[in-house]
Amino acid sequence: MNNSELKGIIEALLFVAGEPLSIDRIKNILEDADKKSIQDMLWELQHEYDMRLSGLRIVEVAGGFQIASRPELAQWIKRLRKVKQSSRLSKPSLETLAIIAYKQPLVKAEIEDIRGVDSSGVIKGLLDKHMIKIVGRKDVAGRPILYATTREFLQYFGLRDISDLPTLKEFTESAASYDEADSNVSMETQEN
Amino acid sequence: MSYEVKLEVFEGPLDLLLHLIKKNEVNIYDIPISLVTQQYLEYIDIMQDLNLEIAGEFLLMAATLTHIKSKMLLPREEKAGEDEEAEDPRAELIRKLLEYKSFKEVAEELGQREDTWRDIFYNPPDKTIEDEEVFIEVGLFDLLEAFRDVIANTPDNRSLDIAPDELTVRGKMTAIIEMLDMAATEGVTLMSLLEDGSACTRRTIVVTFLALLELARIRLIKLMQAGGSETIRVYRNEDIRADSGEPKENLL
Repeated sequence: MNNSELKGIIEALLFVAGEPLSIDRIKNILEDADKKSIQDMLWELQHEYDMRLSGLRIVEVAGGFQIASRPELAQWIKRLRKVKQSSRLSKPSLETLAIIAYKQPLVKAEIEDIRGVDSSGVIKGLLDKHMIKIVGRKDVAGRPILYATTREFLQYFGLRDISDLPTLKEFTESAASYDEADSNVSMETQEN
Repeated sequence: MSYEVKLEVFEGPLDLLLHLIKKNEVNIYDIPISLVTQQYLEYIDIMQDLNLEIAGEFLLMAATLTHIKSKMLLPREEKAGEDEEAEDPRAELIRKLLEYKSFKEVAEELGQREDTWRDIFYNPPDKTIEDEEVFIEVGLFDLLEAFRDVIANTPDNRSLDIAPDELTVRGKMTAIIEMLDMAATEGVTLMSLLEDGSACTRRTIVVTFLALLELARIRLIKLMQAGGSETIRVYRNEDIRADSGEPKENLL
């Protein structure tokens, strides 16, 4: 198949998928197309949508590509259909998510050590919203539960993957100023 | 000097401290501990006056601040012969404040992303298309959660359990494998196994669950979950079957 055929197929797949499609998954469907040309066609599609000022665009989120409406058009979409939107996440929730996202997997005590307050309620709320999940238990006394962020978390914030998060500027500075042992900012990419 | 405190809601003592540092426009690396402690305590007083419940963490921080303040008042120990400076009593607090501040900034950025991405919509998948399922292997916790749900929905009919029955984990394992062989590549849903037949008691559910765990452990089955959907499906592990012909009898 030539490139424009390939591009058409990819566009149709994205249209019906209803979830982010990874390049690997597209490759599995197309079999004889290589990853490079799939990537190229995705970029070309993205560019074409942008060039003709389409109301749609192709976003790269949660490890895949997905067709989405432009945020500027939200007001019109909300007129078409009642959008059932959950309330925004609270400040403590966002704070806790930020900590989990950078330090995952980690236990509640580590979160509370950074926040300086009890975080049980916030953690429960985030679990209920599927923003975080339990990934196991830490091999220390009491075997506390380890938490990590989910794919839904990436999708909710429009992140490609965990490394798409902003870098912790101040934190790195402080690590330099005070050569503390626990100042390593690990940005582990998580498997979903 | 009268000091006005605008009462804001602070997430915790660190949040309040950061607010005081910002308000006084002082350097976070060189916190005027006496001033900050005074204002911090005033804030606690106001909370008390308003009969607000003060979380223990706020009081603990008040104690920490006072402790640091007293240490700062003492003359620094001169350790002759040692090159190392005695550590600033504020160092640990500063480190914690900086760490907290950086996460607070990320949280703000996440909040902005949330605003944007809440206005982005996707089309739902066409309902006529059966999802070409991407499977993710089910973890123990997913399995436990499913198990808990089934148990929760099952009445606890203890009286029915008195009659001795033939239900054994081993027997159930064989039954599951037979069911899976009949289902071929389709697999069966976890729910259909757990709620199998009329005799759906807690006992059968527990036995089925143990059988599933054992089968998964010896890798005769795979437990998979389609991306996004909640349903857990159980499959024969084809790799094993292909490898060694008839492993079933040997392993069971």
